[in-house]
Amino acid sequence: MLTLDFAFLTPQVLSSYVLKGFVFSLQLTAIAMLGGIALGTVLALMRLSSKPWLTLPAAAYVNTMRSIPLVMVILWFFLLIPLAIGRPLGAEMSAIITFTLFEAAYYSEIMRAGIQSIPRGQVAAGYALGMRYGQTMGLVVLPQAFRNMLPVLLTQTIILFQDTSLVYAIGAYDLLKGFEIAGKNFNRPVETYLVAAVLYFVISFSLSMLVRRLQQRIAIIR
Amino acid sequence: MAMIEMKNVGKWYGTFQVLTDCSTRVEKGEVIVVCGPSGSGKSTLIKCVNGLEPFQQGEVIINGISVGDPKTDLPKLRARVGMVFQHFELFPHMSITENLSIAQVKVLGRGKDEARERGLKLLDRVGLRAQADKFPGQLSGGQQQRVAIARALSMDPICMLFDEPTSALDPEMINEVLDVMVELAQEGMTMMVVTHEMGFARKVAHRVVFMDQGRIVEDDKKEAFFGSPRSERAQQFLSKILHH
Amino acid sequence: MSTWDWQVFCKDTIDGEIVPRCFGSAGDITYLDWLLSAWGWTLSVSLLALLVALLLGSIMGILRTAPHRGWVLLGNAWTELFRNIPLLVQIFLWYHVVPALIPPLRGVPSFLLVVLGLGLFTSARISEQVRAGIQSLTGGQRMAGLAMGFTLPQTYRYVLLPMAFRIVIPPLTSESMNIVKNSAVAFAVSISELTLFALQAQEETARGIEIYLAVTGLYFVSAFALNRVFHFVEQRVRVPGMIGGGT
Repeated sequence: MLTLDFAFLTPQVLSSYVLKGFVFSLQLTAIAMLGGIALGTVLALMRLSSKPWLTLPAAAYVNTMRSIPLVMVILWFFLLIPLAIGRPLGAEMSAIITFTLFEAAYYSEIMRAGIQSIPRGQVAAGYALGMRYGQTMGLVVLPQAFRNMLPVLLTQTIILFQDTSLVYAIGAYDLLKGFEIAGKNFNRPVETYLVAAVLYFVISFSLSMLVRRLQQRIAIIR
Repeated sequence: MAMIEMKNVGKWYGTFQVLTDCSTRVEKGEVIVVCGPSGSGKSTLIKCVNGLEPFQQGEVIINGISVGDPKTDLPKLRARVGMVFQHFELFPHMSITENLSIAQVKVLGRGKDEARERGLKLLDRVGLRAQADKFPGQLSGGQQQRVAIARALSMDPICMLFDEPTSALDPEMINEVLDVMVELAQEGMTMMVVTHEMGFARKVAHRVVFMDQGRIVEDDKKEAFFGSPRSERAQQFLSKILHH
Repeated sequence: MSTWDWQVFCKDTIDGEIVPRCFGSAGDITYLDWLLSAWGWTLSVSLLALLVALLLGSIMGILRTAPHRGWVLLGNAWTELFRNIPLLVQIFLWYHVVPALIPPLRGVPSFLLVVLGLGLFTSARISEQVRAGIQSLTGGQRMAGLAMGFTLPQTYRYVLLPMAFRIVIPPLTSESMNIVKNSAVAFAVSISELTLFALQAQEETARGIEIYLAVTGLYFVSAFALNRVFHFVEQRVRVPGMIGGGT
């Protein structure tokens, strides 16, 4: 039976090994969330339009992304981006592009459901007031859809945060990688994996508690 | 010995008291109607009779067996107490025949053929033999409720509880269900019925219990209740119901 | 990389020579052989993990709807634990940490540890679906079962679960497709499944696009096949008179 010893995880060790990775994981989550929601909203509007030349490519994009394992998507982009731009790209940058484009597919499904949850009468009311399509969407439909879907969007973001650990496949330096390297250097992998698991759990669990609270508040406001 | 006896039953949801000091009794062969405004606790009261709702105070005794006693085998007791619900609660994934036989087989241990026979006989009785192989979702509300009554009867109950059996029905279907209940009452079944159907109460009830805010406010012979209810609340309630 | 080179799959994995008819013989294997065996590993991990997940997820989901506080707490704790740690980290825990802390588990093949890891991770999601399915039934169904004299287990067995499982088939379908996709993380603990094949074969042959396309296609085919199986089951258990059922 192995005895656990966490003493080596001093603040210095944490800041020199783990902090850099932690910051990257948070950055990756934040950028992929904002970019993914923006792009996802565009995709959702495309899918809900009545023009096939907009719906078909959007549907194809979303369905393709959703049917491939994220790890494979990460590998695909890591392979293809350098071919497309003609020069190698770091694992971290590649991960940011990949996650933004990948998450857009998932966020778009959420936004689509959110937009569909708004009664058609709201669109009619917007038009009746003389608004154009962009105004009706931007001022009437999307704000409501966004508010209704906020808990689901945040839940997807928690999943996104957990999924950032998969950049392991291309060797990007994230939170998990930081712990792994510390574990290797001090020859205490058991402890570092445990601490990593606890940290991920604490972050994800407290965020999901916050989402639950938010959900109750939204339910009351309705 | 009374068939159903409730003594000072009290029930709380957290700190909110839903039943206060409720006492009444139903003799063998007696039909009592429980009425009252919505939220008065009548549905909760009838669910305390077979222990579907736990109560914290008082006693409910069915045929000499105490419902609240932790040593009581509740499933065994409930198997002998028929219950009909507001929303029918047929099992949607089973055919009508299966709905009628499942508990006979799994609870009473009857043979499949025997249970099926008994079920079909009761379907005949409620006029639905032709629907035997359909599923609940394919029947009208009135038909479903008649099946639910047949299902309760298939267990050969010693008494029957009805929890607003007609209030979820379209008006034109209410009578087909009430007719079955009247017939049952006239055959001498012991019945406790939560309902607003005062026509039914006038026709077959022996006693009427009126509830308000979790209390039993009146518990009278039918004639006395309809003649001159003593409490103001009951008078108001009756005038609203009867004008409606 | 301007032209396709699908012959890469016919190459021998050791000397890189193209083998006639693409399958290796006498102990030599081609990339096609390797690809198919990797597909087999992906399917084995996915299907076994799906079994574990369905079994444990159902139990936990049921416990969370039981009228006993302790059981609800157990089900909730289970679900939160396995839902809030990234799958890859859970796989590492099973592979690196659990055997170190529990010596008898040291001999367990990593394949089984991955099955367990993926299965438990997914069981949390399935427990959510099963709980929601049971709770979507009206409280009256539970009462009707109990009022007929069924015990609580009988009420679940004959009344609640048959309907709840019909209701959760669509979400279970997507969870089962997710499990195929998620099985890709097994590469991280050296299970020779599709993603590990993709990584290694890409490096050895430098024909990444062909290799990735084949692997991606096989993931797609596997997930789609599971989708059809669940769809078939859904059709078979439809209840007449219900929404989506026959008349």
